[in-house]
Amino acid sequence: MEQDNFKSVSEIKSKVVSVDNTESKKEPTVITMTDGVLIPKKSNKHLVTSWRLTFFGALILLISLCVFKKDVYWKIFIYVITGLPTTFECTVFAIFGAILIGIATGLGSSSKNRVINQICGVYVELIRGIPLLVQLMFLYYALGALIHIDGIVAAIVALSICFGAYMGEIIRAGIQSIPKGQTEAARALGLSKSQTFFSIILPQTIKVVLPAIGNEFISMLKDSSLVSILALSDILKRGREYISRTFLSLQTMLVVALIYLILTLVLSRLVGLMEERLHKNG
Amino acid sequence: MAKIEIKNVYKDYENNDGTILHAVKNATLTVNDGEVVVIIGPSGSGKSTLLRTVNALEKAQSGSILIDGVDIMDPKTDIRKIREEVGMVFQSFNLFPHLTVLENIVLAPMKVKKMSRKEAEALGMRLLKRVGLEEKAKQKPGQLSGGQQQRVAIARALAMQPKAMLFDEPTSALDPEMIKEVLDVMMELAKDGMTMLLVTHEMGFAKAAANKIVFMSDGEIIETGTPDEMFKNPKTQRAKDFLDHIL
Repeated sequence: MEQDNFKSVSEIKSKVVSVDNTESKKEPTVITMTDGVLIPKKSNKHLVTSWRLTFFGALILLISLCVFKKDVYWKIFIYVITGLPTTFECTVFAIFGAILIGIATGLGSSSKNRVINQICGVYVELIRGIPLLVQLMFLYYALGALIHIDGIVAAIVALSICFGAYMGEIIRAGIQSIPKGQTEAARALGLSKSQTFFSIILPQTIKVVLPAIGNEFISMLKDSSLVSILALSDILKRGREYISRTFLSLQTMLVVALIYLILTLVLSRLVGLMEERLHKNG
Repeated sequence: MAKIEIKNVYKDYENNDGTILHAVKNATLTVNDGEVVVIIGPSGSGKSTLLRTVNALEKAQSGSILIDGVDIMDPKTDIRKIREEVGMVFQSFNLFPHLTVLENIVLAPMKVKKMSRKEAEALGMRLLKRVGLEEKAKQKPGQLSGGQQQRVAIARALAMQPKAMLFDEPTSALDPEMIKEVLDVMMELAKDGMTMLLVTHEMGFAKAAANKIVFMSDGEIIETGTPDEMFKNPKTQRAKDFLDHIL
């Protein structure tokens, strides 16, 4: 009876042979979080056009304001732009801090050790549940009660701890996106657990998570504006100082907004280019 | 070369719903030095699981697995030493995509055997020549066809100069026109006297190269015999039914 159901050899084979070629043909995983969807890439024409319109619009607006209304806007610009080094300092140091914390948390969350795993899980939940502004003020005043702490150090530590949690999730997802067969092949060749991790898993994870880390960098640049409450002279704080002196609220905030916009747009294009290059190198 | 003895091996899995799946039940099987043993049977019969217990990618629950008399299930046995001596080739190749073909091959000899890069690369090129891919040394696995990738995977396993080789459905993920090139390489190995234990659906290969065929169904070894006995005159009804379907 059963044999009559089989018409051709291929049908028989499909019944008997278990073919699993999904793993070898799977596209490389890309992890996108927060700003990820808005990174302009060649493949997305619509987004590239939007990016161009916004970027050149902002640039032309800022330049023409500074040129044609020099006595107002140029003065604001040269005052506010002095906050740029502080903004960059916070962002760059904090992203390194966040990557270090993120690697530790990411490894911890993928660890089989229950205690380590739980500690990392609680850390991520805790940080995700508290607004960054609250974390910043808490750390500044709580630490400030015990030891004297510089505004910039508090800002960098707080940003690192906060973004470290998200970074940890990115790295965990990155590690888990590497097919199990990679570990099996390495272990079957006699490599130890740590050799497998450093030679096989980590290099592939870095490739997967780099774009996501770029996105976090952009988010951090924007969120670094929150450190202006810690008496740090970043771009936003400089703007508020200028307002309190001149009462030119609208004009100043326009310049501040345009500076942030241009910075984030440039960065997001850079991240997009990096991503394209990574894909090209296969 | 090596002798593999599998004695009374059991392997259970717990399903998500808490039920126990007996993947391998009381399997006993010997692969003598230089022998080629092919495990056949329907999907889900525990063939791959049994194969993977031999280098402890799956930990068997009970029984013993001896490789040249060393029990790999003994907690005192250094499993990494065993893995150095037993090469494995996977259905989905599992080449390392971030490394070139040659780097894939030299990685383990350098990291595990502490071979110098020069020595390892010379060995790697010899092996690539043996599988007919020396001109692909500098390419990434992603640029190769499935058949070529599997040949590289075989070369990678051979680079550890193993005493025995395990093949887990090495041609099942390949397009039909690429199966032959992989089987040819395997046939060469068999002729050279490599001890081989493999799971495959390539009955042509089994007939030509195997010393012994093992038929598994529902986690149990139902029947063992020479290719002649197995294909012409299977003793059990289940083996007969299976072979009727596949041949």
